[in-house]
Amino acid sequence: MTKAIRTTSVYVLLIAGGLVMLFPFLWTVVTSITPGASLTVTPQLIPENPSFEPYFQLFSSVPFARVIVNSILIAVVSTLLQLVTSSMAAYVFARMPFPGRNLVFLLYLATMMIPFQVLIVPLFAEMRTLGLINTYLGAILPTIASAFGVFLLRQAMSTVPYDLDQAATLDGAGHFRIFFQIMLPLIRPALATLAVFAFLNTWNSFLWPLIILRDPLLQTLPVALSSLQGQYSTQWDVLMAGSVISIIPMFALYVFAQKYIVQGVAGTGLK
Amino acid sequence: MTTVPLRSASTDAADALRVRGGGTQRRTPPRGKRAKYTLTVLVFLLPSLIPLLAFVFGPMISAGWTSLHSWNLIGPMEWVGLDNYADLLTDPATGAAFLHTLYYIVGYLPLVYVGGLALALALNSKLKGRSLLRGVYFLPVITSWVVVALVWRWLLNPSTGVVNTVLAWFGIDGPGWWADPAWAMPSIILASAWKDLGFVMVILLAGLQSINADLYEAAELDGANWWQRLVHVTMPMLSPSTFFVIVLSLINGFQVFDQVYVMTAGGPNNATQVVVLEVYDLTFRYGQAGMASALSWLLFIVILVVTLIQFYGQRKWVNYD
Repeated sequence: MTKAIRTTSVYVLLIAGGLVMLFPFLWTVVTSITPGASLTVTPQLIPENPSFEPYFQLFSSVPFARVIVNSILIAVVSTLLQLVTSSMAAYVFARMPFPGRNLVFLLYLATMMIPFQVLIVPLFAEMRTLGLINTYLGAILPTIASAFGVFLLRQAMSTVPYDLDQAATLDGAGHFRIFFQIMLPLIRPALATLAVFAFLNTWNSFLWPLIILRDPLLQTLPVALSSLQGQYSTQWDVLMAGSVISIIPMFALYVFAQKYIVQGVAGTGLK
Repeated sequence: MTTVPLRSASTDAADALRVRGGGTQRRTPPRGKRAKYTLTVLVFLLPSLIPLLAFVFGPMISAGWTSLHSWNLIGPMEWVGLDNYADLLTDPATGAAFLHTLYYIVGYLPLVYVGGLALALALNSKLKGRSLLRGVYFLPVITSWVVVALVWRWLLNPSTGVVNTVLAWFGIDGPGWWADPAWAMPSIILASAWKDLGFVMVILLAGLQSINADLYEAAELDGANWWQRLVHVTMPMLSPSTFFVIVLSLINGFQVFDQVYVMTAGGPNNATQVVVLEVYDLTFRYGQAGMASALSWLLFIVILVVTLIQFYGQRKWVNYD
């Protein structure tokens, strides 16, 4: 009986909280199907004359297919590379001691500690020297390694019991095999988590793509959307249509990754 | 490459244990094995180390060089030595910006951690519809700050907002929120914690998932109740994830920018002028790139010290393996 009451109250709280969470997203969707909507008046959750007109306007005002391809290409390549580089470095910080290792780890973390606003100017100069302005490579390179990812995966690997490494070592496995066959399968929840956040960061990234990709045909989604704001003195309906479209792939990825995030350690060698 | 001899690898594992235990004496493995070990470390580390050095550390050093100059981004740089730092340290605006940032962190961190933990625990239990709920709570994380800020400005509108309307039903005269210097920072804190709850939830969910179920069974056999299991099993086993969330929230919290920029732009009356907003204003509004770089380096040093303290403190409470 008390258990039923507790479960019910948890549900009530979770659903009430969920509605508060859902509200801005619903408002975005409703605004995107209300032609001529403005965001200055009180938001309405029921559109007056719903229509997909803002979406058609969006497709006709930016080279949309191309922009989507650019965004997906950059985000996917960057996410895959981050998974590879982060998991390899995390393995060293969790399992391969060497003198000065803590200092090197601190160096990694230090890369997160300075505001990007002041790094932009020198980074742009560097890319110009390398001849990478207006190239996908220039947009991707600064994002292929992430201290966030190394730190996240290091924490996950450090919870894997040493017994497993030792057992594998007795079977004759070296570091590469322990890494691929023991570590990576066991930290799948953390890898899926990193995949979500790496994709999220590059997909939403605004300042760097804006600066490095000047050619309109190379633009990413957030940059293309921001150009709408000047072009039509901010048509909120069109802008929100763009927001909805930019949220969809991220949400799909999250739903897909969630399976791995919460799949747990059952059947992966750890009981 | 993949067939590292049996003994070398086991020594490494033993070394790792010993180092973690705080011991310093270590047998030196034979030269060939050492070289192989060093090579393996490099192979694992360089793919991330090289890009970080080239594309983050390089620009950081470059910004450090800029901080010793007076520069308007267009004309030539003029050497001023440590003048920028001296100016910043004597300017009361610098202290105020750091205080506002600190205020933000102190309000934000407990809120987002406790909220995220409660969510992760609730959505980790066997509830019907938990996948859907997890998705809903993750939505704000992927919604852009522009939309979120607009919604929160509306919710917290002093005269017509939902929050004050509801408060009025109970006879409470709601505060001026973002329009009132005393309530502007709490408004930003509230919106930020709301948006980042899902982030903390996902990190902690992944951490909860790697806790060995046997531990719970053992605790249950010992007659531990829900609260005892939380305190004695979940929290210690979750401590590496908790440590990650706290270190990262502090690093990011000191650099809070987007939400302030779109919600209050530093106002009213400079009440929410945080450090990175000051960096932004110095660079793009006043064309003082040297000063902006100097302020960034000051911020960097503060974050570095705070992070170091946490890494020294972790031995007392973070439980690895």
